[in-house]
Amino acid sequence: MASLELKNVVKRYKSQTVLDDLSLTVADGETLVLFGPSGAGKTVLLRLVAGVIDPDEGKILIGGEDMTDVDAEFRGVGMAFQNFALFPHMTAFDNIASPLEARHSSKGVIKAGVESVAKLLKIDHVLSHKPRALSNGQKQRTALARALVGSPPLLLLDDPLRNVDAKLRFEMRLELPRLLHDRGATVIYVTQDYKEAMALGNRIAVMSQGVIRQLGTPEQIYREPANIEIARLFGDPTINLLDVKPARDAKGIYVGLSNVQVHLAGAFEAAVGRDCVIGLRPEALSFVNEATPGAFPVTVEAETPLNEKIVTLVRTVRGREILVSRPAGAPGQAEGKAHIAVDSKSALLFDHASGERIGANKVVNLRSGEAA
Amino acid sequence: MEHTSLLERVLRGIALTLVVIFFMFPIVWIFMMSFQTNETILRIPPQLVFEPTLANYTALITGKLETASGTLDIAFMRNLWNSVFLSVTSVAVALLLGVPAAYAFARHKFRGSEDIAFTLLSFRFAPALLVLLPLTLYFQKLGLANTYFGLIWVYQLICLPLILWIVRGYFEDIPADIEYAYRIGGHSWFATFRKIALPLAGPGIAAAGLLAFIFAWNNFVFALVLASADKQPVTVGALAFITSSGIQYGQISAAIVLSITPTLALALYAQRYLVEGLSLGAVKG
Repeated sequence: MASLELKNVVKRYKSQTVLDDLSLTVADGETLVLFGPSGAGKTVLLRLVAGVIDPDEGKILIGGEDMTDVDAEFRGVGMAFQNFALFPHMTAFDNIASPLEARHSSKGVIKAGVESVAKLLKIDHVLSHKPRALSNGQKQRTALARALVGSPPLLLLDDPLRNVDAKLRFEMRLELPRLLHDRGATVIYVTQDYKEAMALGNRIAVMSQGVIRQLGTPEQIYREPANIEIARLFGDPTINLLDVKPARDAKGIYVGLSNVQVHLAGAFEAAVGRDCVIGLRPEALSFVNEATPGAFPVTVEAETPLNEKIVTLVRTVRGREILVSRPAGAPGQAEGKAHIAVDSKSALLFDHASGERIGANKVVNLRSGEAA
Repeated sequence: MEHTSLLERVLRGIALTLVVIFFMFPIVWIFMMSFQTNETILRIPPQLVFEPTLANYTALITGKLETASGTLDIAFMRNLWNSVFLSVTSVAVALLLGVPAAYAFARHKFRGSEDIAFTLLSFRFAPALLVLLPLTLYFQKLGLANTYFGLIWVYQLICLPLILWIVRGYFEDIPADIEYAYRIGGHSWFATFRKIALPLAGPGIAAAGLLAFIFAWNNFVFALVLASADKQPVTVGALAFITSSGIQYGQISAAIVLSITPTLALALYAQRYLVEGLSLGAVKG
């Protein structure tokens, strides 16, 4: 089993810095999701760990051993590529068998190993096919099987569900966590899909421009995003962001929404009198009757039923659009005037200028990459 | 191609026929000439009907050339063997040196790699006659003049750049991820080269080898100057048919037929695999 540690890793291409002094620790057996937009440096980070490219500065430790100058074939990691990278001239069987062949395992061991992992991933019936004859889903599973077959202590999965259809992606999102957990391997999983990140990660590292912006559990990232950008990336429908200027009265700190004073619960003293952005998750809003404290009037514009939930677009008195999400069956309104209220505990406040969250009750230490 | 009218098909047929006649006529004519004597060849107007003779081929194979002024010894079969030996060995050496070099140029950008690759390509720019004089002098000093070794060495000027540049392109077309995946699986770089890069670039290597073979086979001037009769290939050997008593058209034709046969056969044989390999998009996962 293997933990992974990156110490002050820097990678540059020509004059461009792709990874900027990045440090990260992944515990043995943990699944860490690297999440971020394309160009954030996720894939480069994975390749550095795999050993196919070398860092310009910094150290990479796998299982406590310095692997910075060790060639890829001696690092003992498994990797699945976003574009599958199957060997086109070999059958699926030979593709999956290649890591075992490298260890000079006997024919019987190879056959048993390949067949068991193929069975697990439900591709045992296509093992004699060349990659050309496989569907995208089968290719993806073959690539995954090749990464898993040698039971590597460290697994690197580079957006393996990127190129498969939505149905399969949904299935795999359910299957993968159990599969990875059963293997007991340390996993680094790259994705651009926040649902995948939430479903798979013990922790999520949100990256952009070669830097880890926030590192925490899926819960933390969702409830306490470090800045507006991260708040916007996680959640569907997207978080509602409204410009506000919090003020204080006898009952506490409040913001004005549709000319109604809505009081907030939380440590927002620092925000008083500053230009802020309030972040309201659509599911933290609900339709209420007029008499409810903090209820503010809106006009319903459109309603979209999405099976398990209903998303409603409403417009405030000042003309700002807000999305409200409610579970199917919960009371709501399809048209006309209505009132909505905020679950004040889940409101988020961000500084308007910097985009950083205000009143964070936890200090996130970005340099060491650890939530202190 | 789905909706072609009759007129279109007829016109296309005519166009194709014209092209085939244009390109095939010389070959057919030479093939026919090779079965005729000098007298029937030089008849005016030329005639399509004649009594075929194998005399030209017999003369070439036995090495006795009958002319008006007596019997001449020619070394055509020897020349043909020289051609085969020189071309095959040169291409083999060029593949052995060129393919690993091409891989290095494709995958590793080292200091001066582009300059070295370009220098090798520039061998193809220089007119052969320009380098021949110094080359002849060096070869005489080194004792390489009129040796197979020397000729094969010079033939690398023709084969090596060709193979290097064509094969390099094929290696570059292989996605690096495929090779990375093999290495991460625990294989050395050499195993990756042998098991992944070589098979995937196979059609390209075959095409480059074939092209280099044809260039080597057709070379004239290097062998003319650097080798004497017993080491010369057919291209130079054909000069022997221009004798004091006239040009032996029949024998020349027969010699041409015999000397294009190996390249033609090779091209026809390899073509199937080349087209297959190239059109299937072997590299795409």
